[in-house]
Amino acid sequence: MSFWNYLINGLSLGSVYAIIALGYTMVYGIAKMLNFAHGDVIMVGGFVIYTIMNGAGLNPLLAVLISIVACTVLGVVIEKVAYKPLRKATPLAVLITAIGVSYLLQNVALLIFGSDAKLFTSVVNMTPISLADGQIVITGETQITIIACIIIMIALSLFIKKTKAGQAMLAVSEDKDAAELMGINVNGTISLTFAIGSGLAAVAGALLCSAYPTLTPYTGSMPGIKAFVAAVFGGIGSIPGAFIGGILLGIIENLSKAYISSQMADAIVFSVLIIVLLVKPTGLLGKKYSEKV
Amino acid sequence: MNKQLKDNLITYGIIIAFYAIMQTLSATGSLSSLFKGLLVPVCVYTIMAVSLNLTVGILGELSLGHAGFMCIGAFVSAFFSMCLKNSGMNSIVRFIIAILLGALVSAVFGVLIGIPVLRLRGDYLAIVTLAFGEIIKNIVNVLYIGKDENGMHLSFTDTASLNMSADGEVIVKGPQGITGIPNDSTFTIGIIVLLLTIAIVINFVNSRSGRAVMAIRDNRIAAESVGINISKYKLMAFAISASMAGAAGALYSHNLNNLMAQPKNFGYNMSIMILVYVVLGGIGRIRGSIIAAAILTVLPELLRGFSDYRMLIYSIVLIVMMLFNCAPAALELREKYSLKRLFGKKLKKEEA
Repeated sequence: MSFWNYLINGLSLGSVYAIIALGYTMVYGIAKMLNFAHGDVIMVGGFVIYTIMNGAGLNPLLAVLISIVACTVLGVVIEKVAYKPLRKATPLAVLITAIGVSYLLQNVALLIFGSDAKLFTSVVNMTPISLADGQIVITGETQITIIACIIIMIALSLFIKKTKAGQAMLAVSEDKDAAELMGINVNGTISLTFAIGSGLAAVAGALLCSAYPTLTPYTGSMPGIKAFVAAVFGGIGSIPGAFIGGILLGIIENLSKAYISSQMADAIVFSVLIIVLLVKPTGLLGKKYSEKV
Repeated sequence: MNKQLKDNLITYGIIIAFYAIMQTLSATGSLSSLFKGLLVPVCVYTIMAVSLNLTVGILGELSLGHAGFMCIGAFVSAFFSMCLKNSGMNSIVRFIIAILLGALVSAVFGVLIGIPVLRLRGDYLAIVTLAFGEIIKNIVNVLYIGKDENGMHLSFTDTASLNMSADGEVIVKGPQGITGIPNDSTFTIGIIVLLLTIAIVINFVNSRSGRAVMAIRDNRIAAESVGINISKYKLMAFAISASMAGAAGALYSHNLNNLMAQPKNFGYNMSIMILVYVVLGGIGRIRGSIIAAAILTVLPELLRGFSDYRMLIYSIVLIVMMLFNCAPAALELREKYSLKRLFGKKLKKEEA
């Protein structure tokens, strides 16, 4: 495989990270909480598609749509039941609850589907593109992943800049109390954010499982952590930051797997994160906050 | 006797009572082998919880990489014991040196990691500690160390590249870790290390340095303006916390035959598990950490009867506990219907 193939694969993995990281960063920006259960929503999305395609034999596109709806509902329910009562509690309490939700999702999946890996049928059915006399092959999954990531990124940016709901999100993330005084429905806005984030997680689940076709109850947890790293890398709370962070992380991971050591890839990814944070403590595109005395 | 001393004596008393009960039960043979096997892990996780409480509760920084320090302590001490396995040294003396060495090396790493990490704040600090924990686990997995008559050989690729002589012994074998560690960990040593850990933490918290650390936690700028050296005290607390995790790691590794660095024992999941003990026990409360860690280590094993459902029950218990303990609405409800208050009212009326 040539350098370009590694780069393109990295871009594809990075796009998946970016989609997950977008959900992470939106939820963080608004609820100021690390949603550890976000990675497991990806896994739930994967299992929904798996069940529908293998059990009911429906069209893959329809399966993805149903999975998005299911994850959106799941995200909103999680927020209402587990996070909303703790909105005024310490951040650590919410974090632990999120970990509890993450365990819960994993173990429910474990009970239903068992711990053995399921073979996931790709939802993408496209012919690979060959470039440079077959030296470089771009699979259908890669094409769809990269295109989906760019579309989602643009759509989200437009949504936040141009719509009222998007502006409400910005306002709530800036100052919850002031936003409430301005007549913004804070609870509704937070629910909407969780809905969008979880919907994105379902998309990411479909793309991730198509590219790496094994599915277990723990599928989502490592990509979830990596996406969180990507979000921090780009500056948590910033949408272009999550996009850039995700893409860079995927490329770094794949190139270090190819050229340095496949076992050390994770360590290299994390080292890059540490170096970036030491130089820029709020990430690549993060906002600087001055401290009030 | 002042209140603080009384409080601390209760903490020590609980542990000694626990030790006495377990020893009697075990002497009379009424302790199942499953439960016996849990005694050392209970000590290990209790020490981990107490040491993490120093970082999270006293220093006020969220660390998600505590298992990394445990990993360092476990591997350093196991490596030391393996080197001196056939030297004829008394096993208890060797084990004590191994624990001290594990703690010392962990403390050194605590300082090295702490210098960059403690500059960051809040969630950024959390993610970087998580990253360091994963890096440590990852490096240990590609580490090969062998010993022959020419001294030590080190490699990061495989056994063959160590260039060992024929009679050399490979001690650390990458993903296979260290095999054949002497089983030196006993419940008694575990309890002694636990008592020492608690004594160190309690004394540290009530010392001048401890008060400085808490001042930094409560208001960094105010602390700085009264002349407290922030970096120094933060590093001090972080290093002490790391060294105790290293000691716990030494106990952990000498309780196993084969030590491997896997996601489930030294990954971020373990760090999070320890954090759960600390938060459920009460942040900053040493006794709470001890009780929570002991109960939550034993609980999944007691639930083995429902094997498929045990982690499910565990997760639900975790969520419900957090909601019940931390949600403002639940706290209000508890305040309204608390026994203390109901009885308190009656007493006051009688007095009047």
